[in-house]
Amino acid sequence: AGQGPAGSAGRDAEPPAPERVLFPPTFSVSEIKNKQRRHFMFLRWKQQQRKEKLAAKKKRRKEREALGDKAPPKAIPKTIENQRVYDETTVDPNDEEVAFDEATDEFAPYFNRQTVPKILITTSDRPRGRTVRFCEQLSTVIPNSRVYYRRGLALKRIIPQCIARDFTDLIVINEDRKIPNGLVLSHLPDGPTAHFRMSSVRLRKEIKRKGKQPTEHVPEVILNNFTTRLGHSVGRMFASLFPHDPQFVGRQVATFHNQRDYIFFRFHRYIFKSEKKVGIQELGPRFTLKLRSLQKGTFDSKFGEYEWIHKRREMDTSRRKFHL
Amino acid sequence: SLQVVWDTLGNKQFCSYKIKTKTQSFCRNEYNLTGLCNRSSCPLANSQYATIREEKGRCYLYMKTIERAPFPSRLWERVLLSKNYEKALEEIDENLIYWPRFIRHKCKQRFTKITQYLIRIRKLTLKRQRKIVPLSRKIERREKRREEKALIAAQLDNAIEKELLERLKQDTYGDIYNFPIHAFDKALQQQDAESESESDVEKEEEEDEDKDKREFVEADDSDLSDFEDMDKLETSSEEEQENEEETEKKASYSKSKGKTPLKGPTRRKRPYIEIEYEKETEPTTKTKAS
Repeated sequence: AGQGPAGSAGRDAEPPAPERVLFPPTFSVSEIKNKQRRHFMFLRWKQQQRKEKLAAKKKRRKEREALGDKAPPKAIPKTIENQRVYDETTVDPNDEEVAFDEATDEFAPYFNRQTVPKILITTSDRPRGRTVRFCEQLSTVIPNSRVYYRRGLALKRIIPQCIARDFTDLIVINEDRKIPNGLVLSHLPDGPTAHFRMSSVRLRKEIKRKGKQPTEHVPEVILNNFTTRLGHSVGRMFASLFPHDPQFVGRQVATFHNQRDYIFFRFHRYIFKSEKKVGIQELGPRFTLKLRSLQKGTFDSKFGEYEWIHKRREMDTSRRKFHL
Repeated sequence: SLQVVWDTLGNKQFCSYKIKTKTQSFCRNEYNLTGLCNRSSCPLANSQYATIREEKGRCYLYMKTIERAPFPSRLWERVLLSKNYEKALEEIDENLIYWPRFIRHKCKQRFTKITQYLIRIRKLTLKRQRKIVPLSRKIERREKRREEKALIAAQLDNAIEKELLERLKQDTYGDIYNFPIHAFDKALQQQDAESESESDVEKEEEEDEDKDKREFVEADDSDLSDFEDMDKLETSSEEEQENEEETEKKASYSKSKGKTPLKGPTRRKRPYIEIEYEKETEPTTKTKAS
């Protein structure tokens, strides 16, 4: 009520806000019915909050300097990674059960070097320019891979043919409105199928870089931040795309970095300038993936056994909860 | 009176089923046989009329006779046609016996068309169908924003560099890269861990130290041998030589990597120093110029 006359003095005629406006403690900006006045009062309140905050900061800094060495250590700022909800499926590096599982799952033959990966890349029906070029570039990045055009063939019929021809992995890039937007990665001899949503695809010519084409050398693989069981299985899927023995002469590295459930793929060439400095140069396409579902067998959308599906309403409730 | 109906509705005045285009007019009436607006195909202007209509994959023959004109609810008589194409044609003939030729013919044509598109529907449903998934704009925007923030938080370049250096430290690359200080550190570690092979390790250390010393000494010499000269001819030749030296150095540096050097990161390694050397051939060039 005390602010009534002050507020109603007219916007134009109002002088700039005084240094210290004292709002009575029972005053709330939201009680003013008039929108203009309310807005004005809100701005003033905000300004005052900012001033108080600045003053508090200065005071704290002075105290800290005054204390000198005895000052308490600086507080660690909260980040989303710090505040992440603890996932009970996080893998402990020494976990025996996980190690046993991984020794006997579908990727064991790959990791025991019994099979060499051979990859078939294909698209959905009638791919458009961008997708085609992306497929070509992807096939140069992944060694031992072929691109086959899908001319209206059903996936369920392609899969047995691929198995017969000794392919170990199948990648299907789904396209919508001329840009690739989905990726289905299927490990062939009866392996898991992962369905991703693909975004921000950058072709080679769009990346600001001065490097040349990737060579035929087998690149190294870096998998970052795959902590949970689900993340582990997805990480192993990616690792099994590349031959197990990288050729260090080539100095190429493919990175799958997981951050907040987004998997960023980059392809770099590195050079060690000294033992403490390394320079990297990006070649090759880049894209980000988000896992949508993981299925136990090969691709079968109707009768497959799903290990994990992303359910938006249940899983997206917390901003600090991630699954990979 | 039918003529009157046609004269008013069909030809001159408004008919709600009629759609006029530039070249033709169509009839939207569901009982229309041909779909066009004509005197002979208007169901309102003909008291004796028949159509074929399809419901849930089965075809029916609808007939309208003048006797039932005053009973609109019983006006259209419906006959189910057999699934067999030839039999159905016979049934049409049987039902429309003594009817005008036009209606009979058009009925059979319409029936043929309908069966053809039903066959096509059945074939298409067997093939794969694209599943259309609706996108929610709010969700899309949220995902995009989160991806951007995740990208910033990821600090990819740093992470990759750290990982590569880790791998270098853990000696996954073996003998490809030989950084002297690195070897020195490794030697130190060996010394700490094993006390047996101390003598060998010490020899290695000495060699490394000597190497380092030698390197430093060479650099000092080159610094001392700077001669500053303002002559343009001399500077140009010196620059050429210096460039050659640089490329040589680079070649030798990169040979250890086993690959031709790249332009981007390698160039910026050292600050650009102009080292000027004197050459024996200088006096000859000078005399030539003069």
